[in-house]
Amino acid sequence: MAEASSDDQNGPITLSPVDHPPDRSRRARLVLDDGTVFEGYHFGATKAVAGEVVFTTGMVGYPESLTDPSYRGQILSFTYPLIGNYGVPPRPTPGSLPEGFESEHVQASALVIATLSGGSTHWSAARSLEEWLIEEGVPGLCCVDTRALTRRLRSHGTRPGRIEVEGVEELPEIADAATRDLVAEVSCDEPRLYEGVGAGTHPRIVLVDCGAKANIIRSLCQRGADVLRVPHDHDLERERADGFLISNGPGDPKVAEATVAQLKRLLVGARPVLGICLGNQLLALAAGADTYKLDYGHRGQNQPCLEVGTDRCLITSQNHGYAVAGDRLPPGWREWFVNANDRSNEGIRHEDFPFRSVQFHPEATPGPRDAAVIFDRFLEVLR
Amino acid sequence: MSTGAVERPSKVLILGSGALKIGEAGEFDYSGSQAIKALREEKIYTVLVNPNIATIQTSEGLADEVYFLPVNAEFVERVIERERPDAILLSFGGQTALNCGLLLADRGVLEKYQVRVLGTPLETIRITEDRELFAGELRKIGMSTPRSRAVSTEEDALRAAEEIGYPVMVRAAFALGGMGSGIATDPEELEGMARKVLSQAPQLLVEEYLEGWREIEYEVVRDRHDNCITVCNMENVDALGIHTGESIVVAPSQTLTDHEYHLLREISIKLIRHLGVIGECNVQFALHATSDEYRIIEVNARLSRSSALASKATGYPLAFVAAKLALGHSMHEVPNSITRVTGSCFEPALDYVVIKIPRWDLKKFKRVSLALGSEMKSVGEVMAIGRRFEEALQKACRMLGIGAHGVLCNSFEFDNLEEELAHPTERRIFAIAEALRRGMDIERVRALTRITPWFLERVAEIVGTASRIAEHDLEGLPDPLFRHAKCLGFSDNQVARLLKRDAPIPRGYGSMLEVREHRKSRGIMPVIKQIDTLAAEYPAHTNYLYMTYHGSEDDITMSEVRPQIVLGGGAYRIGSSVEFDWCAVNAVESLKRRGHSTVLINYNPETVSTDYDTCDRLYFDELSLERVLDICEKENPAGVMISVGGQIPNQLAVPLGRAGVPIIGTSVDCIDRAENRERFSSLLDELKIDQPEWRELTSLADALRFAEQTEYPVLIRPSYVLSGAAMSVAHSDEELAEYLAAATEVSKDFPVVISKFIAGAKEIELDGVAQNGRVICYAISEHVEQAGVHSGDATMVFPSQRIYLETVRRIKKIARGIAGALKITGPFNIQFIARDNRIQVIECNLRASRSFPFVSKILKENFIDYSVRAMLGEEVSSPEKSAFECDYVGVKAPQFSFSRLKGADPLLGVEMASTGEVACLGDDVHSAYLKALISVGYKLPERGVLLTTGTIESKVAFLPSARKLHQLGLPLYATPGTHQFLAEHGIESTLLHPPLEKLSPNVIDHLEAGKIDLVINVPRSERRHLSSGYLTRRKAVDFGVSLFTNIQAAELFVEAISSVRSEADLTIKPWREYV
Ligand SMILES: Nc1ncnc2c1ncn2[C@@H]1O[C@H](COP(=O)(O)OP(=O)(O)O)[C@@H](O)[C@H]1O
Ligand SMILES: Nc1ncnc2c1ncn2[C@@H]1O[C@H](COP(=O)(O)OP(=O)(O)O)[C@@H](O)[C@H]1O
Ligand SMILES: [Mg+2]
Ligand SMILES: [Mg+2]
Repeated sequence: MAEASSDDQNGPITLSPVDHPPDRSRRARLVLDDGTVFEGYHFGATKAVAGEVVFTTGMVGYPESLTDPSYRGQILSFTYPLIGNYGVPPRPTPGSLPEGFESEHVQASALVIATLSGGSTHWSAARSLEEWLIEEGVPGLCCVDTRALTRRLRSHGTRPGRIEVEGVEELPEIADAATRDLVAEVSCDEPRLYEGVGAGTHPRIVLVDCGAKANIIRSLCQRGADVLRVPHDHDLERERADGFLISNGPGDPKVAEATVAQLKRLLVGARPVLGICLGNQLLALAAGADTYKLDYGHRGQNQPCLEVGTDRCLITSQNHGYAVAGDRLPPGWREWFVNANDRSNEGIRHEDFPFRSVQFHPEATPGPRDAAVIFDRFLEVLR
Repeated sequence: MSTGAVERPSKVLILGSGALKIGEAGEFDYSGSQAIKALREEKIYTVLVNPNIATIQTSEGLADEVYFLPVNAEFVERVIERERPDAILLSFGGQTALNCGLLLADRGVLEKYQVRVLGTPLETIRITEDRELFAGELRKIGMSTPRSRAVSTEEDALRAAEEIGYPVMVRAAFALGGMGSGIATDPEELEGMARKVLSQAPQLLVEEYLEGWREIEYEVVRDRHDNCITVCNMENVDALGIHTGESIVVAPSQTLTDHEYHLLREISIKLIRHLGVIGECNVQFALHATSDEYRIIEVNARLSRSSALASKATGYPLAFVAAKLALGHSMHEVPNSITRVTGSCFEPALDYVVIKIPRWDLKKFKRVSLALGSEMKSVGEVMAIGRRFEEALQKACRMLGIGAHGVLCNSFEFDNLEEELAHPTERRIFAIAEALRRGMDIERVRALTRITPWFLERVAEIVGTASRIAEHDLEGLPDPLFRHAKCLGFSDNQVARLLKRDAPIPRGYGSMLEVREHRKSRGIMPVIKQIDTLAAEYPAHTNYLYMTYHGSEDDITMSEVRPQIVLGGGAYRIGSSVEFDWCAVNAVESLKRRGHSTVLINYNPETVSTDYDTCDRLYFDELSLERVLDICEKENPAGVMISVGGQIPNQLAVPLGRAGVPIIGTSVDCIDRAENRERFSSLLDELKIDQPEWRELTSLADALRFAEQTEYPVLIRPSYVLSGAAMSVAHSDEELAEYLAAATEVSKDFPVVISKFIAGAKEIELDGVAQNGRVICYAISEHVEQAGVHSGDATMVFPSQRIYLETVRRIKKIARGIAGALKITGPFNIQFIARDNRIQVIECNLRASRSFPFVSKILKENFIDYSVRAMLGEEVSSPEKSAFECDYVGVKAPQFSFSRLKGADPLLGVEMASTGEVACLGDDVHSAYLKALISVGYKLPERGVLLTTGTIESKVAFLPSARKLHQLGLPLYATPGTHQFLAEHGIESTLLHPPLEKLSPNVIDHLEAGKIDLVINVPRSERRHLSSGYLTRRKAVDFGVSLFTNIQAAELFVEAISSVRSEADLTIKPWREYV
């Protein structure tokens, strides 16, 4: 009887385009650092880019994903084959929090999909995905067997690659982006205050912006908190704050030393801290725990997370390539959540102090909203 | 798995859903079977009540105890009394089981015998079934629901409508399949609908009609720790107003943004937590077309058709998990059977598109309305998988088995497209394609159909590609275009039809194979992809597969071992249903037991055969020559079994054989000899076996001459069709001429045959298994109805009770003769008609027949297992047991769904009309027959019987029965002719005027007033125009009154109720105690 084919596909190979849509003429290809080539057709901006190639299994929310700063510098592949179905929302009004996006611009460096599908007939759409990518100067590759790509990344781990476009001469180096200080790139330049909704006293939360998704701010403001968004290396200790939130963000936590240094000082005190995604890893590092790179990360909207010591399992939205070594936490720290699929760490908490963090995204967008309770709990602590 | 179970039950009663009917079909065999497996795994003793003998769940090796009994409160109470289970599962047997459970609770039965309801609490079920309570509950938690009023009288209905404003939507409570629901545009309409609904349901809902909204469904799972997930969401391509069961449905949703998707998901979960469902349920939403406004339409707190679909679409075994959760386990404890490393607490990520299209059979019915709406009429469905929407859509169209080659290249004709688009029928999708082809713009189509533009754009994409193909001939067809066409799901056959050619495309498969060869030479090939619930994020262990052109490599590598491929039965439709799924599954199991690697191909989401744990590799894909050849080329099978899946695989035998595929069992040529009536009849002549006179039809003139010689009535039938499609009896020259037009439409590629129709003959069937022409085992059953009622609609008695031994001996002799001549190896079925002492053969199928599960279970001798062993060439010896030793009787009765087919005339004929069947066991024919009838909804008469007994002959024939009825003390009503006849013979009856005569006392108002609970209406002849007889039969159906139109069946029924006075006298015995 047939086995699921052994995952290590023997050696570098070239896979030709799976489809030839009449409206696509320009060839393009994805080249992995191991020499594997996925040929397809080009859409979006006409340029070549390099970056770490990652996949997400989310079936909806490409505008949110593409603008998620955590994808900064990455070539993003969607396992769902039809992308673009409902177009893209109107351009965000500068200054205010972007609606339908997680930041003002596309953060991923390129997009790899099976089929570019549909224009902008959805009621909430202002333009097609392709129009948007051209505006944003981001190239796309379609007509690729994205499942074949996913299976390679799954078995060999995510790896550096490059999108090459027919007629584009100069090609960036295929380099490991791990050393690049991506957080510095995506963090804001100076502090900015966002008012919470509703009357009464508003707790003041300092959001350490390592590449924060807009919906983190929205989620806090909707719950009546004022949010001061500060740069990743901001001096936190002497900020007036009822609590701190360490945001999500791109890249290897160990590169974001500036933020870790700030956190170390915070942990001396007793003011509540909540970390999200990269924030979880940074808090862990500050606490003296370790982080490591997952083979191919968790990127999707269906990751089950068990709250340790309970029978509660949350379905969460995730996007991370690194994880906290949950089995080697320093004294005083415990695992808060673990991934029900692979048992990797999904959050940590301090036994005595209000220091907590989660690896998943309570702010969702894209993805399920089940974990929003994390914000509620955080605000209870503040009040 | 740790047993987080709350006080784990030791004995559990499971209720099935009875016969397949419109709205409640095969999906409940799937869910019931999975539930039983889930319980067995934990060594829990299971008791099943389900009269549907053709199901897997009622097979040996599943439930510990099986009762072939009606699923109603009376019988189930007696089973409970006998078995004393400590718990009961209500959510795996559809609406039937649910309503039965509610009744048992109301009557205090569950309390009396201390039977715990597992899973979703009864209170929750009641809330979700009672539309008024439900609406109230929703308002409590501030969720939007359509403005509505629940009412229980016609007056209140009208008042409610005034408040809400016409048009209003009418929906019945405690029902499914949209029973009785629909749009009422004015008071008259509303009054009519209300009267009809209230005659069957306690309550109806009058609510605002949400025109043009999108319809979305979520399948929700919750455990007792309040973990709650949505396994899948589905979007209806058709706008709200067309029942989800009647809609083209796509999973996952295609046009929902992250905001819309997760808004509805969040609401579903909030709602289900509030209601406290434990296990599985589905939430139906209306979503505005141009905003995120939503309304909750309903919650079904049980496994449903949609959950079966979701289960197959995602690979998430919903019913299995639901059963585990009902036992108290938490979701993350239940392992994900596909990855084996992950748990069941996750939401599947799909990396493909799934499309479901319902299968209708409306053409089989006279006078039925073809319009689609909020009431279900479809009898089955197909599910197609692809990496593009277009690919899945075209696959699905072909799978329907209605002669469609895709959304295009079909022979459907549309005289008024705008009409077709505005008022959908089963041809809606083809009309859309045709409209776009003729240049209607998408906006116009949207305005007429209310379908979301994205879907229309996909169809337009197909249409555009088709026109580009048409610019080329095969050699000139550019590879990129060819590849793109395949990615959009064009079949080789479709391409062949589209290509520029001087001569019209020839019949048969020639040109398709030509295209296929050319395509392969260009290296354009499909690949095999896996369904793994996690979009390849984790390695999958099961081989749940589909094929697509939108891929560059196979997910699996073939091993050296050459498998046996079993072809399944395809979509359920009238004439081919769950019985063939039973055959296919049993064939696979028998092959497995013999250590063979097994592959199964099927595309019906309501089946057990498409559970990926049934075989080693499941291809959820087309049963077309093209796709089966693709799979054979990949799998290099040792053998392909075409004789256990009904007529679809059977028809592939010849072309597959010609293409060099190793068909196992009877040789391809012999199959053709049996199927092709011309060849078969000459074989019978050679064997000196008697058969009704026949003639192959060339021209109408010949036909008329033949009819003149043999005298009317004559029967017209095309070869190679199951379920008597387009078969008809002609009594006159006009009818003959009329029918021929219809018949020759059906299957052009095969000749039409006309034969003498033998009236007043007994019909007998032989199911058998042979090896190299030697009969190994056989079963002879007799029909209660005389020949002329399709074997699929006939009441079958086995072992036969009223056939002379002499007849049996001769039938066996004939069977041996045919088996020998055709060198039959494997299953076969021969139909005989006997009159006076003449025995004639009417047809022979070299495949498993509809009655295989029936006879196999009555004898507890698995005919499929014998067939498989025979086909594998094993040394097979005949069973010791023979039918003569049976001291019990099995009676198989048809289930009709006329009540759901507005306007259809519930008459029986050579065209099959039943949607399902049941079979019950008894110590004698009478008790078995009554149990079977009750199982399909008959009630024993108490109030009054209406007699219209047809021609003078049948009046005479029925006289003794009429007398018996009279002696039973039942008030008799009769229409003038019958009334007078009865009077002449000293039987008093109340005269009722026929519907067409507006005089009273009238049949209609007596029926509406519920004074009559049995109608025996034997027509004089199959009259076509609107007759009083028709109106009477239709009224009976619409008001749920038991109806007989066949005199033999009626006679047996009268005999039965005279010998068995009340239900209470019917014995309750499990299968095991009979056999
Ligand atoms: N208020 C409404 N306006 C328009 N269509 C409706 C409305 N309510 C229900 N429908 C349609 O009627 C169908 C059947 O209603 P539903 O309550 O789901 O019955 P069932 O319980 O038999 O499935 C739905 O699938 C939907 O298409
Ligand atoms: N020559 C005949 N005389 C009387 N009844 C017939 C004759 N041939 C067929 N029938 C009736 O028509 C029904 C359908 O015919 P059959 O050949 O079995 O069609 P199908 O191929 O759909 O099973 C039979 O079950 C029988 O009742
Ligand atoms: Mg319902
Ligand atoms: Mg419904």
